[in-house]
Amino acid sequence: MIRSADGAIDSNPDMTPHVEYLLRIGDSVLVLGQRLSEWCGHAPVLEEDIALANIALDLIGQSRLLLTHAGTVEGQGRDEDAMAFLRPEHAFRNVTLVELPNGDFGRTVVRGFLFFALLRPLWDALLTSQDPELAAIAAKARKESAYHVQHMADWVVRLGDGTEESHARAQRALDELWPYTAEWFDAHVVDEAIASAGIGVRWSALREAWQQQVMPILTEATLVPPAPTPFRSEGLHGRHSEHMGHLLAQMQYLQRSYPGARW
Amino acid sequence: MNRREWPLWEVFIRSRNGLDHKHCGSLHAPDARLALQNARDVYTRRMEGTSIWVVRADHIVASDPDAKPELFDPAADKIYRHPTFYQLPEDVDHM
Repeated sequence: MIRSADGAIDSNPDMTPHVEYLLRIGDSVLVLGQRLSEWCGHAPVLEEDIALANIALDLIGQSRLLLTHAGTVEGQGRDEDAMAFLRPEHAFRNVTLVELPNGDFGRTVVRGFLFFALLRPLWDALLTSQDPELAAIAAKARKESAYHVQHMADWVVRLGDGTEESHARAQRALDELWPYTAEWFDAHVVDEAIASAGIGVRWSALREAWQQQVMPILTEATLVPPAPTPFRSEGLHGRHSEHMGHLLAQMQYLQRSYPGARW
Repeated sequence: MNRREWPLWEVFIRSRNGLDHKHCGSLHAPDARLALQNARDVYTRRMEGTSIWVVRADHIVASDPDAKPELFDPAADKIYRHPTFYQLPEDVDHM
């Protein structure tokens, strides 16, 4: 990772922008799928347990398509399993937000809402990608994301505009998580290469669509986002929080201990 | 502790266009909108449905099981209520 004189961070020279762009999305949905699967058997009620597990499986399904495709584009013979289970932490390009611990149900819901509100306009923009495989993945995934964002938004409203306790917890979660959304919309060299090749949209161009989805729901939920700060997480650049190593240790343990193990 | 449970909802799924909604189970949800979402997640994971109805269980009015004799037994010996005494043309054999 190289930081140039003007402060911008250059992307990993070993990774083409195309692969890196696919991994951003593929790794983000994989890691959030892993986090949501931690709720399996622990959700507040049976119905929500099933809902969260369904969403987790949708996300892991999306990541399988994206990581398989990234491996193909990379051309070094890596399949989806090699991508998910055998890459080191710094090779992951997921946004930092998704690797943070679940916390309570309210925090899980607020995190999911903020992220799915990004995925939805992203998939819509990728429908016209010059990469036909990516466009096909977007066509499948956008329906899933539409439901994910709706389910999370409904919970955000119910918790935010619920009891004193649920409101306080949801507001605290929003205060803590909101700063992690800032990195999504910063200018990035990968975005420039991808946008000029017609493969994908600049994430910075999604900011308005994201806000248009997020703000009315937060207002309805009587939640207020915190003021912007200079804080920047750097998951998109491969620099992750202290939680990422633990998450990968659990997720990758089996393949690393028993290479090539199959069910 | 006073534990307030979410209300119970009965779930009806239509498996294909043209068929009736059939009762398939129940679930708990805080309100109608989430009851529909929960029903989608719990009962249509394997493409079982094209339409969902949910009804608050306490909005269903049920017949009294103890009233079975007077409600249903009198129908037992009225075979003339079954349309089995007509000769149907072969074309409509499976009515």
